[in-house]
Amino acid sequence: MAGFAPSLAKPDTQQSSTSSLIYDPKVRGIFYQVLTVALVALFVWEITQNTIHNLEKANIASGFGFLQGRAGFDIAQTLLPYSSDSTYGRALLIGLLNTLQVAFFGIITASILGFVVGIARLSKNWLIARLAQVYVEIFRNIPPLLVILFWYKGVIAVLPQARDSIALPLASYLNNRGLFFPKAIWGNGAWMVGVALVVAIVASIVIFRWARARQARTGQQFRSGWTAIVLIIGLPAATFLALGSPVTFDYPIAGRFNLTGGSTVGPEFISLFLALSFYTASFIAEIVRGGIMAVAKGQTEAASALGLRPGVTTRLVIIPQAMRIIIPPLTSQFLNLTKNSSLAVAVGFADVVAVGGTMLNQTGQAVEIVALWLVIYLSLSVTTALFMNWFNAKMALVER
Amino acid sequence: MAVTDFSYVRRQMEPAKPAPSSQVGVIHWLRTNLFASAGDTILTLAALALLAYILPGLIQWLFINASWTGADRKACATVSQGGILPDGQSGACWAFVSAKFQQFIFGRYPSSLYWRPMLVMAMFVVLLIPMLMPKAPFKGWNALALFIVLPVVAFFLLGGGFGLQPVETQLWGGLMVTLILSFFGITVSLPFGILLALGRRSNMPVIKMLCVLFIEIIRGIPLITVLFMASVMLPLFLPDGWTFDKLLRALIGVSLFSSAYMAEVIRGGLQAMPKGQFEGADSLGLSYWQKMRLVILPQAIKLVIPGIVNTFIGLFKDTSLVYIIGMFDLLGIVTLNQSDANWSTPVTPVTGYVFAGFVFWIFCFAMSRYSLFMERHLDTGHKR
Repeated sequence: MAGFAPSLAKPDTQQSSTSSLIYDPKVRGIFYQVLTVALVALFVWEITQNTIHNLEKANIASGFGFLQGRAGFDIAQTLLPYSSDSTYGRALLIGLLNTLQVAFFGIITASILGFVVGIARLSKNWLIARLAQVYVEIFRNIPPLLVILFWYKGVIAVLPQARDSIALPLASYLNNRGLFFPKAIWGNGAWMVGVALVVAIVASIVIFRWARARQARTGQQFRSGWTAIVLIIGLPAATFLALGSPVTFDYPIAGRFNLTGGSTVGPEFISLFLALSFYTASFIAEIVRGGIMAVAKGQTEAASALGLRPGVTTRLVIIPQAMRIIIPPLTSQFLNLTKNSSLAVAVGFADVVAVGGTMLNQTGQAVEIVALWLVIYLSLSVTTALFMNWFNAKMALVER
Repeated sequence: MAVTDFSYVRRQMEPAKPAPSSQVGVIHWLRTNLFASAGDTILTLAALALLAYILPGLIQWLFINASWTGADRKACATVSQGGILPDGQSGACWAFVSAKFQQFIFGRYPSSLYWRPMLVMAMFVVLLIPMLMPKAPFKGWNALALFIVLPVVAFFLLGGGFGLQPVETQLWGGLMVTLILSFFGITVSLPFGILLALGRRSNMPVIKMLCVLFIEIIRGIPLITVLFMASVMLPLFLPDGWTFDKLLRALIGVSLFSSAYMAEVIRGGLQAMPKGQFEGADSLGLSYWQKMRLVILPQAIKLVIPGIVNTFIGLFKDTSLVYIIGMFDLLGIVTLNQSDANWSTPVTPVTGYVFAGFVFWIFCFAMSRYSLFMERHLDTGHKR
């Protein structure tokens, strides 16, 4: 027994320090990280060299100078003036605006539809709940690209020709070239209406604050909601009438081959917009349903015990708590919709990816254009995420 | 003392009376579920009106007015469009689907070699079914055969080699390509997603940063740009003389994309693990990989099965995007065939898309039901 003691008491210091270095998690960690960095650096250097070589071989100058060049292609739907003589940079800007336009309208429609369907799924009415479920199950399980093509090639392309347009209410027409509707031309002083709208919104906010402070002080309630609605609708309308209705309409008129005048929304935009909003709405509906179901039943019961009516319970107790659960996944759905708007390239709607793709084919500047896409989409994501984080923080539970 | 006993003791049970008619049966169900209040009644009637407006037309279009057989567009076109149907009648053109069915499934794969994809499909089904059944034995061997052996065998069987006539991937198409892309994407994205998620939770700052960068960049951009990158930039990255097959480029793009999403789902599961599980594993003297493989991941993955299956469903739907970079998956081949002059009628595109949508729907719906089943099966009651 005693023979073991010396070797235990006096370990070989030399061997111990090397083996402990090998088994030290910190040393190992540093080794692995250095190895990873070396491998990544080697990989990046290798592909950079290959890319430079390949670009030289194909005679493509790198750099963003090409953005100043003449684009040479037309874009059907533009928010800013654009012609084929404009620069590539401007074409890309038009594309970006088109992306934002689809995303903006899509998000609004998808949210409204999604909330309605999500609440309908929780309805005690069996038929309504089943209808909502069928909607969700159908649209969640079909690729959005298929829905876009369905609208574009399946429905809108086989609508009647321009000369047999389908007449819709409000002097609008629908045919295989899109939706035609009257264009409002604002006359003198029309800007006053916009000013009135802003004034009404500011006044409503002030009234809301005042009403809440008064209720906290005296317990008296004030119908601030109705007042705000009357203000926001009434004030601009009154201004409009007082100015003598300074607006005329440019109606679309059926010509021999096409409709002239008015505003047009192309079939590309319609199919993209419809498909994206219907698709995303089915996901939003599930998020809304999950959020509402996650609010504990005790909350409803406590609200009833306090004597709140069901409508008030929903508005003041359930929804604010459900929103906390709903907002984070809702953000990612909004981002998904924005990213899915790049499917526009399948129907030829000039969004930022479609314009970039055309530029790529014309100039071969693959690296620069992909980099631009990355920058644009990442900044869109970051902006949305920042805004929604702010909103989320505002709605979050304040724990004391 | 005269005792008059007025007490009465019932000796038989009173038979239970049936519930009042307002509380049972159809009437009660209708009252509580459809006509509970005035508002409910209005909603129900509105929904019924909507159904009455949509359903008859839909059924008529899909089934009654549909053309089921025919050799070319005449079967589906009206007289004024050069066909045989009376003017004004519109119905689905199922004849188009049945005439092109083989193309929809196999793409332009040579028809004399159809036995090869069919054999692959049969092997896939035979290996997949026991994999999906929780009680089936030999899970490890089964997984090895399904995820490692089958892709290799399928690659040579479909592409040719070893004495088999080669078939270029250009000719592959239809549902076959959709399934190949999504199966490959699923097989690759799960292990890569796990690695990325572990990397993101790692203590080593460099590895963590690289994983975060990869995940956030890929998640921030649309799949189309990833596919464009894979199809335009990959050739630039390669040395002279190397080329990548188009299908392989799409496979790489789809796998990269879904790995990033999978990583975030898995990370959710890792974060939901109580700290005690990590500490418990450490105190048993397990190494990092033992700890993850034996303790953490089995629990973490179980927690996020719905998220994983949702990612799979998303991946399956996203494979349709390869149509944009010029490949003919199910959606692509349906779209391609609509321009066939033999079949061009106003109803052909809609019919094709209804068919393709139905096929996609079946697969996605089946996956979501299976995830519900697994969730219940694996639920050991620890849910909070």
